[in-house]
Amino acid sequence: MAKFRGAIVVDTDRCKGCGVCITACPLGVIELAKEVNSKGYNYSFMANPEKCIGCASCAVTCPDGVIKVYKKAL
Amino acid sequence: MSEITLQDIIQPENLVYEKSKLLTDKRFHYCPGCGHGTVHRIIAEVIEELGIDEETIGIAPVGCAVMAYDYFDVDFQEAAHGRAPALATGIKRVWPNKVVFTYQGDGDLAAIGTAETIHACNRGENITMIFVNNGIYGMTGGQMAPTTLEGMKTATTPYGRKPQWEDGTPNNGFPLQITKLVAQLPGTRFVTRQAVYDAAKVRNCKKAIKKAFQNQMENKNGVNFVEIVSNCNSNWKMSAVDANKWLQENMLPVYPLGDIKDNFELINK
Ligand SMILES: Cc1ncc(C[n+]2csc(CCOP(=O)(O)OP(=O)(O)O)c2C)c(N)n1
Ligand code: SF4
Ligand code: SF4
Repeated sequence: MAKFRGAIVVDTDRCKGCGVCITACPLGVIELAKEVNSKGYNYSFMANPEKCIGCASCAVTCPDGVIKVYKKAL
Repeated sequence: MSEITLQDIIQPENLVYEKSKLLTDKRFHYCPGCGHGTVHRIIAEVIEELGIDEETIGIAPVGCAVMAYDYFDVDFQEAAHGRAPALATGIKRVWPNKVVFTYQGDGDLAAIGTAETIHACNRGENITMIFVNNGIYGMTGGQMAPTTLEGMKTATTPYGRKPQWEDGTPNNGFPLQITKLVAQLPGTRFVTRQAVYDAAKVRNCKKAIKKAFQNQMENKNGVNFVEIVSNCNSNWKMSAVDANKWLQENMLPVYPLGDIKDNFELINK
């Protein structure tokens, strides 16, 4: 069992759908939405939230800094 | 134990990462996945962590990062194309207590600004230079830069960069190893090459940028030069994720990562 649970909050309107966070996440938490934001980008979201451990790999590689990361010890 | 919900996790006290407060609310105009954004983010984090936002003066280049001054909540000056190290020299000499850094692309630093780069490095100005090398002129539509790889297709080398013809007569020239070159000069204290395509590389790059600022804060003389091997997915004509892969396979063999010089001593590879 993981000792931590994490969660990300994506500023979906500022996400550019580049997909860099998806490759950065070691646990396959993130996917791009089928829907688009006001700029026409498929924004990222937590497709598998239960897998997130709050390591912040996605957020530190996001060029636009649109990901906030939360982490809670269990 | 009862099931933990997302709402339990997403609480202010559990926040472990958000972008630096020294970035303004302005949206980056960079293409999706462009390394310029990542480098801006970590520079802002370093300035915030060192608590030097009131003392820092950045010099913006001409190139895609021309509007860098809009994104950082610190003082900035805009330089003419390639002249950032000269402007930084003037500012630092007038205000030696300020922390002065340039932010430049490869066209800016290694083509039109080669003279300013070489001479600032040779004089050993007490400044920090951040050099984003994406091997191409991004802003103007993907023309060949001095750092363009051999065989790389650009708008001005549609068949791929060909340094010389079969009989040895010169053509497009060889990829310019500007970072290795400035490392040879007596005025450079710290010269390093970094990248930002994955989380580990971002963290290393941040450490290097922090050191490049700290050396200046501690009045250690000499130039601190940080190259970041980056992408230009738009002009490389691939997705951001593919560009980051291409970078690792093609750029890194020519521009390997790591420290090249520290405390004025070349590091033997
Ligand atoms: C004096 C002058 N010459 C040429 C230009 C055209 N120009 C604008 S940006 C640029 C090159 C930018 O390339 P680089 O420095 O690699 O930055 P990037 O856009 O790739 O980040 C050129 C040649 C200019 N603005 N001013
Ligand atoms: S890295 Fe950032 S901008 Fe790119 S898809 Fe992920 S959240 Fe969006
Ligand atoms: S053109 Fe290239 S360097 Fe400029 S913002 Fe787009 S990806 Fe970045």
